Formats: sequence, C-alpha cells, structure tokens
Amino acid sequence: MAMREIILHQPGDFEEWRSHARVLLAARIPPEDIVWRHSGESASLFADPAPLQPQRTISLLRELVTIADRVICHRDDGVPSRLYRVLWRSLDDRRLLERRTDPDTDWLMRCDKAIRRDLHKMHAFVRFRRVGEDETGRERFIAWFEPEHRIVRLAAPFFRKRFYGMDWAILTPDARAIWHDEELHLGPGGTRDEVPDHDVVEEQWRTYYGSIFNPARVKIAAMRAEMPKKYWHNLPEAQDIAPLIAGAEARVERMRETAVSLANPRSDKWRVRGDTETVVPETIASLDDLNEAVRACTRCPLHCHATQAVTGEGPRQARIMLVGEQPGDREDLEGRPFVGPAGQLLDEALAEAGLDRKTLYVTNAVKHFKFVARGKRRLHQNPSTGEIDICRWWLDQERALVRPDIIVSLGGSALRGLTGKSASISSMRGKVHALDDGARLVATVHPSFLLRLPDRERAKVERDQFVADLASAKHMAESLA
Amino acid sequence: MSEKPILQKLAVLADAAKYDASCASSGTVRRDSTGTKGIGSTGGMGICHSYAPDGRCISLLKILLTNFCIYDCRFCINRASSNVPRARFNPAEVVRLTLDFYKRNYIEGLFLSSGIIRSEDYTMEQLVEVARLLREEHRFGGYIHLKTIAGASPELIAKAGLYADRLSTNVELPTEDGLKSFAPEKKPQTIRKTMANVRVGVEDAVDARKDRLLRKARPPRFAPAGQSTQMIVGADSARDDDILASATSLYSGYRLRRVYYSAYSPIPDASSDLPPVRPPLMREHRLYQADWLLRFYGFDRAEIMAGASDGMLDLSIDPKLAWALQRRESFPVDINRAPREMLLRVPGLGTKAVDRIIAARRLGAIRIGDLARLTASVKKVLPFVTTPDWRPGGLTDSANLRARFAPPPEQMSLAL
Repeated sequence: MAMREIILHQPGDFEEWRSHARVLLAARIPPEDIVWRHSGESASLFADPAPLQPQRTISLLRELVTIADRVICHRDDGVPSRLYRVLWRSLDDRRLLERRTDPDTDWLMRCDKAIRRDLHKMHAFVRFRRVGEDETGRERFIAWFEPEHRIVRLAAPFFRKRFYGMDWAILTPDARAIWHDEELHLGPGGTRDEVPDHDVVEEQWRTYYGSIFNPARVKIAAMRAEMPKKYWHNLPEAQDIAPLIAGAEARVERMRETAVSLANPRSDKWRVRGDTETVVPETIASLDDLNEAVRACTRCPLHCHATQAVTGEGPRQARIMLVGEQPGDREDLEGRPFVGPAGQLLDEALAEAGLDRKTLYVTNAVKHFKFVARGKRRLHQNPSTGEIDICRWWLDQERALVRPDIIVSLGGSALRGLTGKSASISSMRGKVHALDDGARLVATVHPSFLLRLPDRERAKVERDQFVADLASAKHMAESLA
Repeated sequence: MSEKPILQKLAVLADAAKYDASCASSGTVRRDSTGTKGIGSTGGMGICHSYAPDGRCISLLKILLTNFCIYDCRFCINRASSNVPRARFNPAEVVRLTLDFYKRNYIEGLFLSSGIIRSEDYTMEQLVEVARLLREEHRFGGYIHLKTIAGASPELIAKAGLYADRLSTNVELPTEDGLKSFAPEKKPQTIRKTMANVRVGVEDAVDARKDRLLRKARPPRFAPAGQSTQMIVGADSARDDDILASATSLYSGYRLRRVYYSAYSPIPDASSDLPPVRPPLMREHRLYQADWLLRFYGFDRAEIMAGASDGMLDLSIDPKLAWALQRRESFPVDINRAPREMLLRVPGLGTKAVDRIIAARRLGAIRIGDLARLTASVKKVLPFVTTPDWRPGGLTDSANLRARFAPPPEQMSLAL
C-alpha cells in the first residue's frame, strides 16, 4: 500500500484536520500508511496515490471529538498523526477513552491535560494594557501573550464572556483575538511591539503584589510550580520577585528585633472601653431577666459547641406551657424553640387540637443543643439526666414566672425536667398528674418521635393520640378558667 | 490627619490583609457579562492570577477598608495598641481599584475585610456599601468575598449575602480559652451566631429557588459560594486535636465550605507575649491534609489522631500514612477488588487516582505496570497494595517502613 501524505496548512485548526481524518477513516486508510505534515516543511517524498473512495460510514465518539478539538492545538508535530491513530482505534473500540491504562489513551489524556493547563494559565496570566477609549467612553485594552500551545481560539470565549463591556485584543506569535463592536475576530499572529510597554495602573498592581507577599514564609518552589518562569517576562509584577526574595530575610529579622514595643499611645482613644462581658441580671424578676441569664449560661459544657441558648417563648400569662427536650439543629441556628421539622409537626398538631401557639408558652428541658458532628451534619444526642437536672434550674424559674395551669411534657426528657424523676411516658399518659407547684401535668410524646416512625399505620395512630393529648390539655385549661 | 496618597494606602491596607489566608475564587455560580455593558464572570474552579514568592495564590484584590481597629487581639497586626501605620480607603477608592485591576486581568475580584471602627454594624455597613456600588452602579460580575463582622446585625448580613459570592467570619483561635486570652473583645458565641445567620441565609435562598413556582422566577441568591473561616495555628497552646475538633464542629454546624489554617507568622510590632518564631508551615500543611481526610476521604477525627502523638500530628509524614502505619493489619489491599472507601485509605492514592482505578478495573485487571498511568506516587503505594503480579510481602510489616517515607531529620528543619 502506498504511503499518503497529508499537508496541513493551518496548524492547530481543528476543522482542517478533521475533514482530512474523516475522509481517511471512511476510506479505511490505516494510521501507519499516512504521513502528516505542516505546509512549509520539506517537500513531498511520495507520489500522489489514487483518490480516496469512502468504504464505510463512520461515527466518531463525541467525547473524543471534544478532546481532539483541544489536543490538535498542541505544538508537538506528532500530534495530528497520533490523534488519527486514536480516532482509528476508537471506531473498533468504543470504550477506548475509559481505558486509562492504554498507552494511546494515556498519551491523549496527558496532551489534553497540557492544553487545559496552558489554557488555564492563559486565562490567568494575560495582562491587558489600556490604550484609550472611544467616543462613548468604551475602554480599549490590548495584551501580548505567549502561550505554550496554539490555544488562542480556545481561550478567546473566556475573555469575551468576562470582558463583554470593553474592547480588547490579545496578540500572540501565532494568532490574535480581537473583541470589537461586540464581535469576536480571530486573526494572524503579531509582535510584541504592537502593544504599549506600560500602563499607569501597573504601579498600583506591583505595590499590591509586594505588599501582599509575606516575607516570613518564603516558598519559591511553590510559586514556580504554579507560575513557571516561562510566563514571567509578560507579567509586570514578575520583575519584583527577585528583590522581594532578596529583602525577605532582613525584613523578618527587623520584625524580630523590634518585636516588643510600647502600646500605641493613641490607641486608648479608639479602643473598646470597659468590660465587654455580658451583664447578667442579679435578680430575676421577669422573663426578660431570665432569658438574659439563660443566654449567658455556662453551668454545663453544652454551651461550648452550641450556637446559642434557646430560651422559652410565649406570653407570661399563658395558661398552658409546652416543654420539649432540647433545641435541634434549626432551633440552635435561629435561637427559637420548635422551628425545625419537629416544630412544624407540632404546629400542625396544635392547630388540629384547636390551640393557638401564640397563646402558649413553649420551652425546652435543656436550653443548649447537644450533638455530635458527623461530616456535614450535627446528629442530635439525648441529653443526659445530669444535663437535664442542671438545666432544671432554668425550667423551674420559667414555671415560677409563668405559673401555668397545665404543663404538657413532650417526651421523656421533659418529664425528667419537670418531675426530677425518670418515668416512662406510657405509664404517665392518659392520666392527669399534679406537680409540686399545683400545675397539672399532661404527658405525651415528643413530635420528633412521630417523625421517626417508619410504619405509616402506626404513625397515624400515634399522631392522632398526640393530637388528642393536646386537645385534652386544652379542655382542661378551659374547664379551669 | 492628612489624606495619604492611594499607593501608600494600598501598601498599608494590603499589608494588613495578608494574614488572611483565604483567597479562593471558586465554588460560586456561573455568571458572565455577555450582553451587558459591564464586565465580570465567575464559575468553575476559580483562577489564580499570580503567585507571590510566599507560594500563595493571588486571585483576589485582598485589602482592608481600614486597619484602624477598636479591638486589641494580640495576634493581630491591626490591634488597637499596635504602632503600625494606619490608613483608610473610602468605598469609591476600593471600587476604582477593583475595576482597574479587573479590567487588566490581574484579579478575579475583591476580598474586602476591615478593622472594626466605631461599631460592628457601622463597619459591616461600609463593607456592604462597597459591594453594592460594585454590583449595582458598575454592573460588576466578578467575585466578591466579604468579611462578615462578628456581631453585625442579621439585617446587614442578609444584605451582604445579596452582593457577595462568599462570606467569612474568622474564629481566629480554635479554643474558647485561646480566644479569651488573645482576643478579649471577641466572643465565641457571637462568632457562631454570625455564622448561623449566614447558614440560614444560604439555606433559605436555596430553598426559595427549589420551591419557586415559575421556572423563570429568580429569587435572589445568597452568598452562592457559601461561607468560610480561618484559624491561626501556633499563636496559642491549642493542639492539632483541638483544632480539628473545632473544625469538625464548624463544618457540621455552619456548612462551611472551607476552614483555613494560617500558621502564625511574625508581624511588625508584635505583642511581646507571642512566639517570635518562624511560622509553623509544616504544621499548617499537615492540618490541611488532615482536613482533606475528614472531608473527602471518609476519615473521622479519632482515626486521624490515632496516627498522632499527644494530640499533635506527625510532622515528618502525612496523616494518612501515619494512620496506615498504625493499622497495618488492614493492608495490603487488592487494587482490583477493594471498595472505593478502602482505596481512599491507601497512602499515595488521591480521590482522582481512585476514580481512575475504579474506571480502569471495570475493563480488565490492573497490573503493576499500569499503576504509573493511574497515580503519580507508585512508590508510596507499593507497600500497601496487591495486583495479580505484585505482592508487597514483608514490606507492609517491615519495621523500617516509616523510615522509607520520613525525610532525614536535617531536612526537616529546613522544611520548617
């Protein structure tokens, strides 16, 4: 079989390469029978073989086309040929791109990575200089850049999207991109002297660059890994790198020597004055005093990780008090009781029982959220009896201030907080108990218990029972009024 | 006081901002200036436009509005009692600088913080005003990171979230005791409450988008790149264990996108009770590695600390390797059979390498020669894996396995 020679006239142009490749693939010309050349290289060594006849229809992998569009910009002369080989193989092996251990796939992915990195660096390191503005005030900018590969056409859309509201041109040795009158043009390469060698703002930029650098943590290799030297000559700030490094040691030494100095004498004038500790009321005469004191509570370690103490909420004249267990995730964030999922269920149940939450006093046995951090979630943990008993101090004062006729305990922790004893809800439920201050206790479950029931039948029964408990509290309160 | 020229202000207020490690411009929504008279685009992984000789990325114009401060946090260059030169930008100057830099492609956007002047609310208002000017008056579509001043009112936080891509509140020191002794005016609870406000704002905005009735409806976004924080490492006596405990609690409680660990670094006119030492850069690096293990590799804190001693991570080897050396009975693992969770625990394999391995082994057994195409660190992986043609034999249990990876001691002091 005779060798075929394909001459590419526009290096990096995907359409030109692809149209050749499609014809060759359709004619079943294997990769080893083709020599790919760029025009301008040495003259043809082969006679023109017979024209190609399509022998099959081909369909290319879409992902491969996307990658090839980038990889053809690679400056390595062997790219058009090896890319054809990958394409050729992909017709028979549709999973070729998934075979990361295949040498051809490995080569392709490495080339693609090199292109994407170069592209990313071009997005980062192009530096525009201002060259004026038109009569409408639209500013014009121009930049000189030397990418490693022929990527101007790939990079241009990024700059169009970012700098839509100004005119700009990026010149490189191979090609230029111009954004003017809201149209993007690609053109031939240029030279550095088409771009002015200064911009007034560069002085500010270099000042910023020098000031943001921390001389106490010089890490030159880390800088050069991400900003290779080959880009430096087009970065205005790069001329400052050497002097900054040279002066770093002395700057740190100076900081060390002058470490101790007297306090700035003027600072007293602008400093925060006095004690900024939260003032906790000494005697508690109102719910406001009480809440103030609860917010400053450090009686147990739960305050260390919770956002805030969640105080009770509701009118002091409330005849019914609801006591839950402790704030949950949402309550902890908002600082209000029963505003999370359990709170929503409670609101619905209250409505069904004919109770208006605004007339009730709603609080918890424990005022801080207890949880364990697990990844992105905080998992609720039951408060210990010790924590409930310590927090009872606050609950007792709430009861003393509100003096409700009826107290509804939601769940076991509430029961413990109110009675000081651990008892099962089932043993207390359905009966009325007198508490030591004369209030009547209605024991029921916590709404979060209802949320956790997987069985829908059972959930419905339990929910009805919960509403019935709330309704009985309501009737009791009405009969006492 | 006479007004300083802009270059001088820039020098002072950039110098004052450099101890904030965060410079990310990633994680926000895709947005561009197409069809507008403005400029600016965001999206994807963010772009580092330059690197300083400290190896840090320069992505944003990171400055303070002012370095006057009524607080006296002892680790901070801007504390009230410091003798550093002071300066203050007005909002228009910051806007001008941001746009001038952005148009020249120096930056992805603005990171604006401030010393506390007059009050928390007053300071926050000033920051919000800069962001508002950029977005509303100049149709700026680039990235904006605003510092939320702990203790600022929820209404101001809500406003900040409308303009900013990311908000951040620094916890500064990992423990309550540390904060009490080094930053007497800062209250951990106030910081947590501010973070809670941000999380609620972000989640409510996401819910509002999900629940919209019309697809065309555009409920306002709220800090689409979420929130982050920073802890200073090495200024107080907190151990790595305390630091990771604090980080875990913050990640879970406030859905932080990132916790930044910043090695305490000597500052001009430092307070006399701070260590005048070189910043513990290796410690900072190990903490970042541990943080990654927590978030992307399925480790929990106790496991990471199993490879530590006395609450401090091993400085000479990375925390995953330190863990694996303690748990040699779990190795070697079969590259071709092990579940993803176990592959993630193999020293030397990152998340990308694991993904590649899983994709490749579906199409045929992976042999030892294939490994080099799947991961860059074959040598590190070898003692911990098997393939049809490779068994580490006694290597996994050999007494000097640690020495294979730990650098000799004299290199260590250089690395620090």
